[in-house]
Amino acid sequence: MPKAIPIAIVAAETLTGSTGDAIPAIPSARVSRRHFLKGSVVLSGLLVAGTPIALLAPSRAWAVELSHIDQNQADAIMVLARTLYPHKTLSDAVYALAVKDVDAKAADPKTIDVIKTGVAKLNDAASGKWNDTASLSDAQRTSIVEANQTDPFVQLVRGQCVTSLYNNDMAFAHFGYEGEAFSKGGYVYRGFNDLTWLPNPPADASPPVA
Amino acid sequence: MAKFDYNDDSVVVIVGSGAGGGTLANELCQKGVKVVVLEAGKRQSSATFINDEWKSFGQLAWTDKRTTSGNWRVAKDFPELPAWVCKTVGGTTTHWAGASLRFHDHEFKARTIYGSVDQANLLDWPITLADLEPYYARAENKMGVTHTNGIPGLPGNNNFKIMYDGATKVGYKSCNTGHMAINSRPRAGRGRCMQLGFCFQGCKSGAKWSTLYTEIPAGEATGRLELRPESHVMRIETNAAGKASSVVYMDADGKQQRQRARVVCVAGNSIETPRLLLLSESSKHPDGLANSSGQVGRNYMRHTTGSVFGVFKEPVHFYRGTVMAGIVTDEAGFNPKRGFAGGYELETISLGLPFAAAFFDPGAWGSDFTYYMDNYANTAGMWIVGEDMPHESNRVTLNHDVKDQVGLPVANVHYDDHPNDIAMRDHAYKQGEAIYAAAGATKTLRTPPYPSTHNLGTCRMSAKGSDGVCNKHGQTFDVPNLFISDGSQFTTSAAENPTLTIVSLAIRQSDYIANQMKRRSI
Repeated sequence: MPKAIPIAIVAAETLTGSTGDAIPAIPSARVSRRHFLKGSVVLSGLLVAGTPIALLAPSRAWAVELSHIDQNQADAIMVLARTLYPHKTLSDAVYALAVKDVDAKAADPKTIDVIKTGVAKLNDAASGKWNDTASLSDAQRTSIVEANQTDPFVQLVRGQCVTSLYNNDMAFAHFGYEGEAFSKGGYVYRGFNDLTWLPNPPADASPPVA
Repeated sequence: MAKFDYNDDSVVVIVGSGAGGGTLANELCQKGVKVVVLEAGKRQSSATFINDEWKSFGQLAWTDKRTTSGNWRVAKDFPELPAWVCKTVGGTTTHWAGASLRFHDHEFKARTIYGSVDQANLLDWPITLADLEPYYARAENKMGVTHTNGIPGLPGNNNFKIMYDGATKVGYKSCNTGHMAINSRPRAGRGRCMQLGFCFQGCKSGAKWSTLYTEIPAGEATGRLELRPESHVMRIETNAAGKASSVVYMDADGKQQRQRARVVCVAGNSIETPRLLLLSESSKHPDGLANSSGQVGRNYMRHTTGSVFGVFKEPVHFYRGTVMAGIVTDEAGFNPKRGFAGGYELETISLGLPFAAAFFDPGAWGSDFTYYMDNYANTAGMWIVGEDMPHESNRVTLNHDVKDQVGLPVANVHYDDHPNDIAMRDHAYKQGEAIYAAAGATKTLRTPPYPSTHNLGTCRMSAKGSDGVCNKHGQTFDVPNLFISDGSQFTTSAAENPTLTIVSLAIRQSDYIANQMKRRSI
């Protein structure tokens, strides 16, 4: 089953909004302004030029539109995701997928309550500055999460991150996983045994391709 | 394809279509016996299998609710998923990696050879390796196992190159690409391995043996097999004479059906098989069917497992090619000097990025965890599979507080690691780490057991009806026309991946059932 590249490949003129799992590219300020005018909550950013993820995308700008949580909660979840799973060079665009999936779960009012309480707890521990990336060090954030790791909100975001962060084509490109293989003929002619930094085992242990 | 009437009481009804049930069905059909197979899952094909770990899991895995208890780590990490097995036509032969190893002679005599082990419920099998050898040979031929029947071995991938280099450097003598039921060249109408790397997700090239596209269509071609997918079996009924007479199930349309039967064979894997017997309690069988010994559900085994992952300076791309690409068999023998009974195998394993995140260290977060994800492309992996001790209190029971989608109590799976299991796992972790260190690893990771794919015991075979559920043919002691036809029969777990032995026992059982039917004994 072919998988869409999460950064939607759409012409600037036809872009009308976020659909499915795709992150729509924002080709111009005009489009993103319209999102804000509708009152939506949006996470957005720029991909770092030259990274594997940027090579996949039609545009370096990305945005994720959210439906159930507010901007403050979205930003708090973003910071929490980066604290739980700190990959220094992994784009915010990938973390935003986890926020989007938490947002989808927040369709349930009980989940919204969990998020509200959880964000408040993190802010209490951070003297109200959880979302202020400049005011706390990584180590301070990590110790706040450690102290709250059994909190249902932290558990919710952690569980969502495990499935959301690493199950998309941007993450595949970043971490060096090639995903679906059947349509490309597998790896029998594409490097299943291309490792050259160790000697090849003898043929009686590892026969040639028959 | 055959179509049998619900009231046709001349058919053999088989519950499950995996390694045991699918093989038994075809073998009986080839002998002229009429068979109805009731399979809880849907019918997929190589064309519908998905090269995507989570989507495939949703398509193939048995995700009906179950509960867990005991001190095993699976109960903490995956409390509702004790087992990673399949609910689909072909059962877990869609998911297995293909390793096809014969048991060793001594493993059939665990009680005699290992002696009495504290807290363990060891017993000798009522059969020997010699009894099973002719059936192993038939199974290997049927399944197309490499290094048997003139079939060449598979080529090793990058993951294997690392295992081989490290294993030979630490002095192991037996490391190769193994005995695999994966075509190294086209055979039996199926193609050659494309080194897809998605063995666990259903083989899209059909190179890996599965009953889905071998045994089941072969049985259907005889005109004597009716396969009914999406048939969730609820109970087995007995008649006044104490024989199994019919099987009640929920069909694909959500309607209850009753299929009459001359013989009933249960092959639902070692959690559902005892659950079904327990669900089939009646005034004549108050503790569940075939449970006069009290052994139904007990002695649940799941192999002593764990994984070691190694991080290297250079790329590995271990997800390319067969998942079980190679094996070290040196530790499989009996050598009590190591401080434990039984032996273990080390087999390569790989995970795609999504499952690496889920399984490398379940529940973990922070930079210790992300280090391993950051080094995903430079990682090699191996899986430990060793003999675990049967334990009376490691058991499958009915959890009356939790109900499944048809309103029946779900299975609770209780497992406590035996001290022998822990000693073996620690030994294997150390050896695995030594292998990777010898090959140049900069760091290694011990990964705890995954949800169990090797589910064994729970209706074990024995020479005596007092300490086992079935005899050496899988025939239950209490109900002569009721058979156990899957890994639930295993008296002990041995160190080897179980599928080849399940298939061999099914072929052997088919000879016995056909013969007994001819003689009108059942």
